[in-house]
Amino acid sequence: MDFSIFLIQCLNALQYGLLLYLVAMGLTLIFGIMGVINLAHGSFYMVGAYMAFALAPLVGGNFFATLLVGVALAAVLGYLLEWAFFSFLYEREHLQQVLMTYGLILVFEELRSLLVGDDVYGVTPPDFLAGSIALGDVMTYPVYRLFVSAVCLLLALGMYLVFTRTRLGMMIRAGSVNREMVQSLGIDIQFLYRVVFAAGVAIAAFAGMVAAPISSVYPGMGNQVLIICFVVVVIGGIGSIRGAFFAALLIGLVDTFGKVLLPQASGVLVYVLMALILLWKPNGLFKAAG
Amino acid sequence: MGHIDKGKLLFTGGVFLALALYPLVAESYGIDLVTKIMIYAILALSLELLVGSTGLVCFGQAAFFGIGAYAAVLLSPESEAAGWWWLLPASVAAAALYALFVGALSLRTKGVYFIMVTLAFAQMAYYVVHDTPLGGGTDGIYLYFKPGLDTLVDLGNPYILYFFTLVFLVWTFVFLAILLRSHFGRVLAGIRINEQRMQASGFSTYPFKLAAFVTSGGIAGLAGFLFAVQDGFVNPEMMSWHLSGALLVMIILGGLGHLHGALIGAFVFVFLQELFKSEAVFGDFAKHWHLGLGLTIIACVALLPRGLVGLPEMLHQRLFGFSQRAKGKANGKLPDNTATEEAV
Repeated sequence: MDFSIFLIQCLNALQYGLLLYLVAMGLTLIFGIMGVINLAHGSFYMVGAYMAFALAPLVGGNFFATLLVGVALAAVLGYLLEWAFFSFLYEREHLQQVLMTYGLILVFEELRSLLVGDDVYGVTPPDFLAGSIALGDVMTYPVYRLFVSAVCLLLALGMYLVFTRTRLGMMIRAGSVNREMVQSLGIDIQFLYRVVFAAGVAIAAFAGMVAAPISSVYPGMGNQVLIICFVVVVIGGIGSIRGAFFAALLIGLVDTFGKVLLPQASGVLVYVLMALILLWKPNGLFKAAG
Repeated sequence: MGHIDKGKLLFTGGVFLALALYPLVAESYGIDLVTKIMIYAILALSLELLVGSTGLVCFGQAAFFGIGAYAAVLLSPESEAAGWWWLLPASVAAAALYALFVGALSLRTKGVYFIMVTLAFAQMAYYVVHDTPLGGGTDGIYLYFKPGLDTLVDLGNPYILYFFTLVFLVWTFVFLAILLRSHFGRVLAGIRINEQRMQASGFSTYPFKLAAFVTSGGIAGLAGFLFAVQDGFVNPEMMSWHLSGALLVMIILGGLGHLHGALIGAFVFVFLQELFKSEAVFGDFAKHWHLGLGLTIIACVALLPRGLVGLPEMLHQRLFGFSQRAKGKANGKLPDNTATEEAV
């Protein structure tokens, strides 16, 4: 393998891994803190991607305005969903939540089909990010992918700081360890849950929006991401933000290089990796500690 | 020996009797549909053994189903009909063998990790048939000659296949009912309720769980065989996680922990699916059938915390204020009314 090809694949792997991390982080947060297995999380990614497509004409085609409006809408959506569909489920078994979120997947998928249709759409990146930079003599690399990596990295860093340095982060971490104790300390856990859920939805939708120019938007895109993100969360250790980060990068590497080196087996590689890791460490790579 | 509930016995007997009499009034569309539902019911029963009875949430049941079906097609001779008396056991054995492999490894993990490892193994099987020429790739493969014994048990005839499937459905139900009442079944129930306590009282739980897993895989393989024979066609989508998810939905919808719950769940789920797909009822909107199905599932979760099998008891409670059986059993498990109303 040529060095510049290798470099390009590394960049691709990084970008894919970081994107996965954004979605997986919401998933692991919601599971770790609220104890909800949210199958509908992939749908939020899809909702984001479709917003990038559908909102752009409404806000005058400005990419950043679209992002901003989209994230705000997604947060509101998350807040309302938690209130309407999840707030009465916490006392029930996990499987009831699985059933509920499965129902939500079907509803979102069909609403998408009703509102936008079943065609595949492309989304164009903003003009100043549309170019490519040269790598070596003949290879080029699209600026937009670098932009995505940078934004994801910044967001990940920001979230990390929120978790470790702020009062909200402290409450969230405490809530994931002992719900009753946090409640008896006078913290409104119901509100905390809603914030976490809304944040998870907003981040997943954000990931979908920035991914849209790369992957285009197509029906069923949420489900594909969902399964891979579950793999990420489980490899990293459920509820562990740090674990999700490393696991996402690992999956990004394995998947990207698998497609280049072993195209025949690329689909199965990720799952083989997950099975091996779980047989070696049945609770994932990192124990849930925040 | 657990006691046998007369109401359940009557209900299940009634269902099987109705199924046996159904061909008298049915058209060929109905025969095909009910055959398909019975196949899903067998599959749901196999999953119920793991999820409802043993507490092992398997998210990869579709793989065993698919392997049973692929085995039935791949092992059939190309130019003549195979005898079902050897093809069926061979399909079951293929599925059970894969279940032995998957179970032996995945039972090392617990809880959500177990869910995901079973999913991972199912995805592996999916990609193996999806990406390699072994099973025809994404196009799938056809079964040109349906297996049979002679003209008497010719599984190409839909009516004969109907009764053949019904016999196996009844067999599976009775087999599992007896199994769960046996010593083995009581150990599985113990594992579901408190595995550590079972270990402390001297049971090595791993072999019991593995045996349950292999049995379940074998039964799923039986359903796969029947599916391949009915459709005459197999493709990788049979192993996709969507089916594993739908199966979980069936048994939760029906009510976990009850064999007849799996039966009800499979019937109601497939019936709803056909209803929302039906253009006669919904006209042009029928192509958006996921919406109706999804909303129904959500309403069921909100209103029926114990699945459809809990429905009569809940109605009784609403009408008469209380129910003797629910008193001790369901403390705290029922939703309070405010939460339910909020959701609707």
